[in-house]
Amino acid sequence: MPSHTFTVNGETVTVEAPDDLPLLWVLRDLLGIRGPKYGCGIDVCKACTSHLDGEAVRPCVVPVSTVAGRQVTTIEGLADGDDLHPVQEAWLEQDVAQCGYCQPGQIMAAVALLKRTKNPTDADIDAIANVCRCGTYFRIREAIKSAAAKMR
Amino acid sequence: MADHGRRRFLTYLVAAPTLALATQVGADAVAPATAEAVIPTLPAPADLVDLGDLLILAGAPTAGMLVLTIGEDGLVTFRLPREEVGQGLTTAVAMLVAEELDLGLDRVRVELDDARPELLFNQMTGSSNSIRSLYGPVRHTAAAARARLLSAAAQRWGVSAKDLRTRDGAVLASDGRSASYGSLSSEAAAPDLQALTATPKPESAHTLVGTATSRIDARAMVTGRQQYTLDLDIPGAKPCMVRRPPSVNGTVESVNNEAAVRAMPGVLDVVEIPTGVAVVAETFGQALDAKNALDVTWGPGTVDAFSDDGIRARLKSATAPFVVPPLLTRHLDAEFDFAFVSHAPMETNSAVADVRPDRATIWSGLKTPIVARESIAAALGLPLSKVTVHVMQAGGSFGRRLFFDAALEAAQVSKASGRPVRLMWSRIDDMRHGRMRPATHHRIRATYAGDEVLSFEHRVAAVETDFRHGLGEMITSVAASLPPGIGNAGLAQTLFLTTVKSPYHFGLTTQLLTEVPLKMHTGSWRSVYSANTRGAEEIFVDELARSLGKDEVEFRRTFAKSDRARAVLDKVAEEGQWGRSMPEGRAQGIGLHEEYKSCTACLVEIDCGDRGHPRVTKAVIAADVGRPINPRGIEAQLLGGLTDAISTTLRAGLHIDRGLPLEGSYSQFHYARQKDSPPEVKIFVMPADGEPGGAGELGVPAAVGAIANAFARATGTSPRSFPIHFDVDFTPFPR
Repeated sequence: MPSHTFTVNGETVTVEAPDDLPLLWVLRDLLGIRGPKYGCGIDVCKACTSHLDGEAVRPCVVPVSTVAGRQVTTIEGLADGDDLHPVQEAWLEQDVAQCGYCQPGQIMAAVALLKRTKNPTDADIDAIANVCRCGTYFRIREAIKSAAAKMR
Repeated sequence: MADHGRRRFLTYLVAAPTLALATQVGADAVAPATAEAVIPTLPAPADLVDLGDLLILAGAPTAGMLVLTIGEDGLVTFRLPREEVGQGLTTAVAMLVAEELDLGLDRVRVELDDARPELLFNQMTGSSNSIRSLYGPVRHTAAAARARLLSAAAQRWGVSAKDLRTRDGAVLASDGRSASYGSLSSEAAAPDLQALTATPKPESAHTLVGTATSRIDARAMVTGRQQYTLDLDIPGAKPCMVRRPPSVNGTVESVNNEAAVRAMPGVLDVVEIPTGVAVVAETFGQALDAKNALDVTWGPGTVDAFSDDGIRARLKSATAPFVVPPLLTRHLDAEFDFAFVSHAPMETNSAVADVRPDRATIWSGLKTPIVARESIAAALGLPLSKVTVHVMQAGGSFGRRLFFDAALEAAQVSKASGRPVRLMWSRIDDMRHGRMRPATHHRIRATYAGDEVLSFEHRVAAVETDFRHGLGEMITSVAASLPPGIGNAGLAQTLFLTTVKSPYHFGLTTQLLTEVPLKMHTGSWRSVYSANTRGAEEIFVDELARSLGKDEVEFRRTFAKSDRARAVLDKVAEEGQWGRSMPEGRAQGIGLHEEYKSCTACLVEIDCGDRGHPRVTKAVIAADVGRPINPRGIEAQLLGGLTDAISTTLRAGLHIDRGLPLEGSYSQFHYARQKDSPPEVKIFVMPADGEPGGAGELGVPAAVGAIANAFARATGTSPRSFPIHFDVDFTPFPR
């Protein structure tokens, strides 16, 4: 079984897994990191959105062999200890979550967006295609705008 | 588990939730509220007693069997015999407990209770009924705990309990002494303690209940720590997925390559179960690969001969005739169709099961855990007492988790495989073999003369909605499973009649349901019959208003039965600037709805400039839910209802093709994304007046009407079939 070494949330890990095993299952089933959620497995719902070297990716379609030597950040690695990331704070302030299942992915997508642009337009926010089946989109939009204002 | 080593006391209270409410509301509804100018409509059954009243009645004998624990650490834990799926119930209940105990909200924990068969009808989550059924009993239980704490302090200090008060988690004496709840918990638990009579606070004294409060689990959710079923670490539990048939309810005839699949990487077991062939593996990725590699010969399903056209024809021919002939008056007729809709919660159907020869433990997101436990015990051949069913907080439901199929499958696989399993449905299976809101056909006729509406008739034909979960336990579940025409059909009529009602005085009004039984996986979908039935009526009401030459809002104001309905209409008309001029291709639309003692109005603006991609650009919603517990949570529910309505009215539905939905993921079932959601939303929860009404499903029907009406006004069309844009714009996944 091939071995793969990479960094998750600041810690170096090595896993034995087939090259093509999606990163999502390496995280969830082999490493017990369960913040990233399964929702479709084909990069459609984007519930598993995490960061690879700081950019948003969907681990459900990232083969584990392609992350060797790279930095993976999941929702668990976003806060600095008890100090939440401003996007997480904004999520609390707007009370965004309902069932909460998609929100780790929504937050990771929003953090990646705010990395690319400090002043996201409504069109930028519209481009986040993560599904929220509870329909919290308006609060997500407000939270992203609020976080952007605080991060400027 | 968490209770080890912590002394505590329990409160079992025989509360008596009054049923005077139903009678009272009935009396109000009989009186034609206003409208000297309109022809009053006799109250419908749902005006007198709605489904929630019946469920409260059914739950009344066990309503007091609630468990509240106060630990020596001062933390209060309430065991909630309901499911949390995102609707915010745990937060609202924590608020009720904190309010009654004069305690900070952060000192209250709400845990989802295991399946407790002794609760009978009182452990089902649905019908927007949790707050309605728990508002009294939770407050009574917490008030009893508070009375015991006061009495314990009085006994300790040798003073009268009447001279003591509670504040911020402590009992205070007038001389300045204080004792924390934690320090009093064991004395308060003493069986011989003489406690005061417990009475909940008057609502006028509430300081937390009724205020906008954030979810108690919000931090866990934004940090990824919130645990759903498959996030549990149950020792030895292995990932499991099931290969399912090429059409709904198809059967396994033979597995042709079992040895080859067993030899695939990570595969631990291959097990046949009644619904398909299960693969157990080291990871879900490997289980998925292996299930896809299975070569199975399948027997036919139960609706293989049916596709959308055939189902629609069956519905049309089943629609009951009108009784009022349109001969002597002017009349308006219209027909509407609604497609099947997936519940599609983000967390697919899932469960963990650990079945041993002599016992079983199950974890799953369950809205009917009692019947789940009873059914699983029967399937495993174990006594009920040897089966434990833990209820997990779930990633959405919208009605889906009234059924416990994943829990049953996990138990079957665990038993056959001799190991604990974590069973997960793929998204494709969840959409194709999961539950659906049934397709419906509607015929509506109104007759009118001058400014009067003389009659209003609505005939609904629907593919049967499966209510075989009963009222959450075995007795009504078995009753619902009786042959067609006896069991489920009777329950369906009861549900229709106790949930659907017209909020207008339209003279002679009848609403009738005919069901077409097809053996498909249907189920209640947020607002059950009302989304389509009342949604269609709101579209029809707009057309009726225009036929009479009236403004759509003013027409509703004139004919509305209740002042509450007029108040929410006025609120959205004012805040949403009803009637403001809009550019070409854009328009406003309005909808009104009443259910479960609540009412709401929704005003939207739509941009149909791009005909293929209409977008709701703004929504203004007002809701009167009687007594709001957490306005912030209610606003969230209304926002969710709005998004559901945007989705199902404009683009989201399922096509049935030879016994199987074509849609298999969110790229095909077009539930709204951010780009479909309005950038401007205002939601108003009206001030408290009366008892809590239902709020979880309330938002959908009014928004369906508002969106369709805005679309009609913007485009000059009369939409009749929903979702409006419903092409097969994708290549379906292989069967």
